[in-house]
Amino acid sequence: MILSLFVFLTGTTVFGQEEHGGIDEKFNASDFIMDHIADSHEWHLWDKKNGESVAIYLPVIIYSKDKGFDMFSSKKIAHGHVYNGYKLEEEGDFKGVIVSVDAMGNVDEANIPLDFSITKSVVGLFSSCLIGLLLFIGLSRSYKKTGISHPRGIQRFLEPIILFIRDDIAVPNIGEHKYERYMPYLLSVFFFILINNIMGLVPFPPPFGANVTGNIAVTLTLAVFTFIITQISGKKQYWQHIFATPGMPVWLLPIMVPVEVLGMFTKPFALTIRLFANITAGHIIVLSLVSLIFIFKSLVVAPVSILFVIFMDCLELFVAFLQAYVFTLLSALFIGLAAEEKHH
Amino acid sequence: MIILANSLTTPAIGTVIWTTLIFSLFFFLLAKFAWKPILGFIKDREETIKNSLEAAETAREEMIKLQSDNEIIIRKAHEDSVSILKEAKEIKEKIIAEAKEKASIETQKNIEQARKQIQDEKTAAINDIKQQIAELSVTIAEKVLKKELSSKGEHNKMVDSLIEGIKLN
Repeated sequence: MILSLFVFLTGTTVFGQEEHGGIDEKFNASDFIMDHIADSHEWHLWDKKNGESVAIYLPVIIYSKDKGFDMFSSKKIAHGHVYNGYKLEEEGDFKGVIVSVDAMGNVDEANIPLDFSITKSVVGLFSSCLIGLLLFIGLSRSYKKTGISHPRGIQRFLEPIILFIRDDIAVPNIGEHKYERYMPYLLSVFFFILINNIMGLVPFPPPFGANVTGNIAVTLTLAVFTFIITQISGKKQYWQHIFATPGMPVWLLPIMVPVEVLGMFTKPFALTIRLFANITAGHIIVLSLVSLIFIFKSLVVAPVSILFVIFMDCLELFVAFLQAYVFTLLSALFIGLAAEEKHH
Repeated sequence: MIILANSLTTPAIGTVIWTTLIFSLFFFLLAKFAWKPILGFIKDREETIKNSLEAAETAREEMIKLQSDNEIIIRKAHEDSVSILKEAKEIKEKIIAEAKEKASIETQKNIEQARKQIQDEKTAAINDIKQQIAELSVTIAEKVLKKELSSKGEHNKMVDSLIEGIKLN
């Protein structure tokens, strides 16, 4: 189903872009790709024949020191319009950032407002959250109905995944006695990433197709959750290993302690980058393959391109599962290492 | 391009806050309303299966044990019956032997007693005879003495006739 949707979208994109090409604009693949994978204040749908773009304008929530909180539709600042002293920069250092401008139109670079807008990614996050809640609270209800009888319906698809996370991720890495405490987090993070990954692969309609897990702010936040849980779970042995590694000569400690402390932070950093890079890379490859059609301006390329896109989508579907698995596995591993108590 | 890439790799504070809020919501709601009951049900089911299997195994073991117990009991009963029979036979033989011995002793005793009684009777009879002989002798002697006084020939005749008249028994 996901695949057919993608093919459908690829078709739509081709159509839209050909119209776009009608205005004799030079096709810029990198702009096209970056516009798709970057976060934005509007949800661009397609361009009309006259060059006007059709988009869903999302709400902007912004805070600046002098003006306080402000909320308005992003339509008001679309196409470089200034609204209430705010401007969405389209070029330069602040591209895609809402900045404060004075009456002359000069950017107040020292005073960049804080942007809490409901962006494309945030809409994606809300949608995946809602889908996940409906799915799993529904699942929980179906369990209440079936009781301890054999799995039925949706349970047959989801229960193996839940059991996999429990038996192959949580138990071996955290241990038989403690894993239960961390199961809710591991399950949540796994399915949150998985739903977002898959929703990102489905290109249309909104809220599908947002590059949520390819947004570094999202992956960073999730990694920070793992980081905090890891530190809270850290037992004596974990802290001892960082600040007074057993068997380490005292004169080495001034070198080793900073290295170990750095190690605490490189773990979530690796989580952040891995998920972000893998998902973004997948999106870039798919979009590049689509771009080939417009670069060559030939319909002959289209079937080849579409075939490759289908292949890449299959691969990306696998990557969606794989990256959710890797993130969860590494989270469990880090937590397990910190929570370990037995001496070796 | 570099600038674009830069915006991609710079985490936006707004998105961080939204992600924190949304993921926290996702996590807490699911932890309470989904994971806890789901994991509970899965665990219950697993435990039920495990317990059922264990119970079946225990029952099977018990049955085997009972079977072997039964066999042992039967074998023991068999052995017991054999030994009881053997014992009974021995007792029977012993009783018979004892009875036989006792009977023979009794018989012997009876015979002995009879013999003794006979002997006694005999002795008594002889004594009686002796006494009668003595009495007869005295009587004869008396008569002889009386006859001697009258005639010698008569006397011998008398003695002969008297002796003839004595009949033992």
